[in-house]
Amino acid sequence: MMWMLEIPPFLPFFIGALIAAVTRGTVRNIIMVAIPIVSGLHLWMVPEGVHLQFAFLDYQLVPYRADKLSMMFGYVFHIAAFIGVIYSLHVRDTMQQVAAMMYAGSGLGAIFAGDLLSLFVFWELLAFTSVFLIWARRTQRAYAAGMRYLIIQVLSGVILLAGALFYAAENGTLEFGFIGLDGIAGWLIFIAFGIKCAFPIAHNWLTDAYPEATVTGTVFLSAFTTKVAVYALARGYPGTELLVYIGAAMTCFPIFFAVIENDLRRVLAYSLINQVGFMVVGIGIGTALAINGAVSHAFNDVIFKGLLFMTMGAVLHMTGRINGSDLGGLYKTMPKTTVLCIVGAASISAFPLFSGFVSKSMVMSAAVEEGYDWIWLMLLFASAGVFHHAGIKIPYFAFFAHDSGIRASDPPNNMLLAMTIAAVLCVAIGVYPAALYSLLPYDTGYNPYDATHVLAQTQLLFFSALAFVWLNLKGLYPPELRSTNLDFDWIYRRLAPVALQKTFAVIWLTDEALRQAFLARFDLCLAFISRRHEGVSGLLSRTYPVGSMVMWVSVILAAYLFLSFITH
Amino acid sequence: MENEKKYFFDNPNNVKRLLHIFYGVCVLLFVLDFVIHRHVMHSWENIWGFYPLYGFVGCVVLVLIATWMRTFLMRSEDYYDNEGEADIDEQSASGDSTSKKHNTEVGGHDVDA
Repeated sequence: MMWMLEIPPFLPFFIGALIAAVTRGTVRNIIMVAIPIVSGLHLWMVPEGVHLQFAFLDYQLVPYRADKLSMMFGYVFHIAAFIGVIYSLHVRDTMQQVAAMMYAGSGLGAIFAGDLLSLFVFWELLAFTSVFLIWARRTQRAYAAGMRYLIIQVLSGVILLAGALFYAAENGTLEFGFIGLDGIAGWLIFIAFGIKCAFPIAHNWLTDAYPEATVTGTVFLSAFTTKVAVYALARGYPGTELLVYIGAAMTCFPIFFAVIENDLRRVLAYSLINQVGFMVVGIGIGTALAINGAVSHAFNDVIFKGLLFMTMGAVLHMTGRINGSDLGGLYKTMPKTTVLCIVGAASISAFPLFSGFVSKSMVMSAAVEEGYDWIWLMLLFASAGVFHHAGIKIPYFAFFAHDSGIRASDPPNNMLLAMTIAAVLCVAIGVYPAALYSLLPYDTGYNPYDATHVLAQTQLLFFSALAFVWLNLKGLYPPELRSTNLDFDWIYRRLAPVALQKTFAVIWLTDEALRQAFLARFDLCLAFISRRHEGVSGLLSRTYPVGSMVMWVSVILAAYLFLSFITH
Repeated sequence: MENEKKYFFDNPNNVKRLLHIFYGVCVLLFVLDFVIHRHVMHSWENIWGFYPLYGFVGCVVLVLIATWMRTFLMRSEDYYDNEGEADIDEQSASGDSTSKKHNTEVGGHDVDA
């Protein structure tokens, strides 16, 4: 059975995609559900180590390497794929089914890639497969957003490839281990990872594209791309101090946008950046506790963010609306979705006994331990803020608030089942974190449930909620308005095109004016010269006298005569 | 909708009751600060009511700043849809113009192919 070891986890998913492309109905559903289960169980048996490698030119390529770090992401990607497949069992769209399987497989491929070239291949596959989950919405907006998404993702891949080539030149190996920020290669790869990780000002592909994807597509999207980037940063740049500041910025700035955003799936997209920020801070701090925190938070985030995207997807699926201004009062007819959404909200807000609590607290503790006081305050602010926009705003405006009059029922059973699985996992991890901790790369003996910490977090959250209640009663809370909020993408979606348009308009005008002026001058010159040579048998005269023509004809004839003499 | 059944939060008393419970829990949590012996990691945590105050003030500041950000970030919903029309200076931050496209968008999306 040794050959079984050598089956890299992406392979079953790619085969599954192939089968999904040619089958229909129940057969396809069974295969799509079976693949994450079988592949996941298989992964559970696989020991750590390099399981597949071969030489390519002068370099050793390692498409399948497993260690504690990659295993952790491997497990959660299988869980995410399983939940996502169940959530989308009702979908009858081959493009989406195939793309979802390919996308999950690419994510797994990237996680287990042991060298930078394999990583690059899966990095680009992630982009090319996931974009179909956006385009599958089949609207003009989705098409345009998908295009922008694809351009930015491919750009990240190209930078990664350039970085990998520099890396090979600098170090003579392509092995993907610690990279660090010295040398061009280090920076190029850092930027490539950063784009996929939604670093500030490179974050808009996420908030732009995810809310435009299909109901089920967004659930898949939220799980893989950013987490692959988090994994890559954890492997290549642990302890890079710059990441602490980038991560802290990522936790804070999106919450402002989330508070005023109307599209509830876009609110979740902003909160996804906020959560990834916590992971990036953890990686930047780089101690065993911090890395554990980052990795376990990524694990939990895949599940609770997936759950939140699923509940909002259920709302969109059943009502056809997703804007906070159109929704409200849905708890009356969608009670199950409401409860599941609240579980997801409690998890992302890190309530004690829910999954976010047991992982986020590690990053926070590590920040204090390492003396990052101000960063710790920012993270604390972000924790309060995430509760505010994801924990309260999402459930409140969708299911409570004013009654919108919509009486949609709970979604189909497969969607409810997928959400229930995710919700159960959120609570199970929160109640019994030891199971999660046993999978972590380091053993730190961390215990999240001491009285001080539980009390502090509960106080923080309840008084954040109190602020929400108070602001609402005072009428100070910003109402949900139909609007677009400008973000950094304005630079490339509006400013750059308009600026280029204007610049080129000016360039064309100047160019035309210059040409006209030159032509006019040229005409004048021609006219002048021809006038000077009028009637004279010169090279530049417009007309020639008949006499000179006769002379030239006789010259040509003489030349012919001469040539015929010398050839004979 | 006249003879629709009454739901839990349709009764204002239920909302009030829930809020009162919530206020009670808040007070209790604040008091616990003085009761439970806390082993703190940071000197700021010694300030009584640090976490409650930080959470409350932080969120109020968050919402006020976010609301203020609307004054210069908010555009009409179809702002990016009419691309090519160079209305870069368009200021439509008023509430009226943001809601003019109200009904054309609803249902316009192919929700779930």
